[in-house]
Amino acid sequence: MKRIFATLALIAAAGPALACETVTVGPLEVSQAWSRASIGTARPGVVYLTIRNSGTADDALMSITTPAADMPMLHQTVMTDGVASMPHAMEVPVPAEGQVALEPGGYHAMLMELTQVLEEGETFPVTLTFRDAGKVTIPVTIQNIGASEPTCPSPDE
Amino acid sequence: MRLTTLQKFLWAAVAVALVAVGAVFLLVDRSPEPIAQAAFRPTFSLPDAGGRLRTPADFEGKHLLVFFGFTNCPDICPTTLAEVAQVMDDLGDQAGKVQPLFISIDPERDREMGLAEYTEAFHPSILGLAGDAAQTRAAADSFRIYYEREANLEALDVYAMSHSPGLYLISPEGDWLGQFTYGTPASEIVADLQARL
Repeated sequence: MKRIFATLALIAAAGPALACETVTVGPLEVSQAWSRASIGTARPGVVYLTIRNSGTADDALMSITTPAADMPMLHQTVMTDGVASMPHAMEVPVPAEGQVALEPGGYHAMLMELTQVLEEGETFPVTLTFRDAGKVTIPVTIQNIGASEPTCPSPDE
Repeated sequence: MRLTTLQKFLWAAVAVALVAVGAVFLLVDRSPEPIAQAAFRPTFSLPDAGGRLRTPADFEGKHLLVFFGFTNCPDICPTTLAEVAQVMDDLGDQAGKVQPLFISIDPERDREMGLAEYTEAFHPSILGLAGDAAQTRAAADSFRIYYEREANLEALDVYAMSHSPGLYLISPEGDWLGQFTYGTPASEIVADLQARL
């Protein structure tokens, strides 16, 4: 809890950055985009976010790009008989009138070849490409390296 | 074009992983020995980041909270270490009776990248251990946990490990007490530990 408040305080101190922005493209709404601070650039970073689809047709997240990494990829952590593996996800399904979350232990965007240190409290843009809805860019809030959930509230709250 | 080649590699990795997991499943099936036998004492002999060889005897009197992972892992390893950090914070005065250990299953790369700065970024109490290949395999076998490089993807430096991501609890006497599976809330782990301390 202390950690969460500390992170919130840092974000507040960072001023009116574009943190906690919700963006829309077609029937899709993307929110709660967050990442973890990195130590240097040698290890891969991560991006988590929530996608809601108010439309009546399924869509899918096909790829992501960001200036923060040269090789961002979609992955999924899969648990099979107590063993975790992290296969590349060719696409992340976004069901009609439903939602999908990129979250710890599930789908996640892995940022390989970071081009910059991810500093807690800062943001970086990520552009998502959907099969049908097209492209949309959202600022990603960099939280503490030990964060386990977004500090940004859900758009409903 | 680069992505296409990469995708082929990754699908190959998926295939290898599936086969590996299947093999493990079969092996487990053939030896249905219960893991919770009394006096099951997993052990290890691994150097810390400073090169000092550590064994369970170094932590006598403390409960050990052991996690196998690798620092190049952006999803479940940070999530689990963050949970361990939360547990240690929440234990307050009793935290001194618990020693969290992060055992690297990708030791060579983790040593190069800096194991101590990584574990300390989550919590100063977490001690990282990284041995050679034989020491690492011996520790994993002793804990009866699984890890495997999914395919020869070294050149691409991508996500090439699958592993058992639980937190393992060892008593001050060295006995196996149980496992917190991935995703167990920190509050549950804290409550379990408090009942024992």
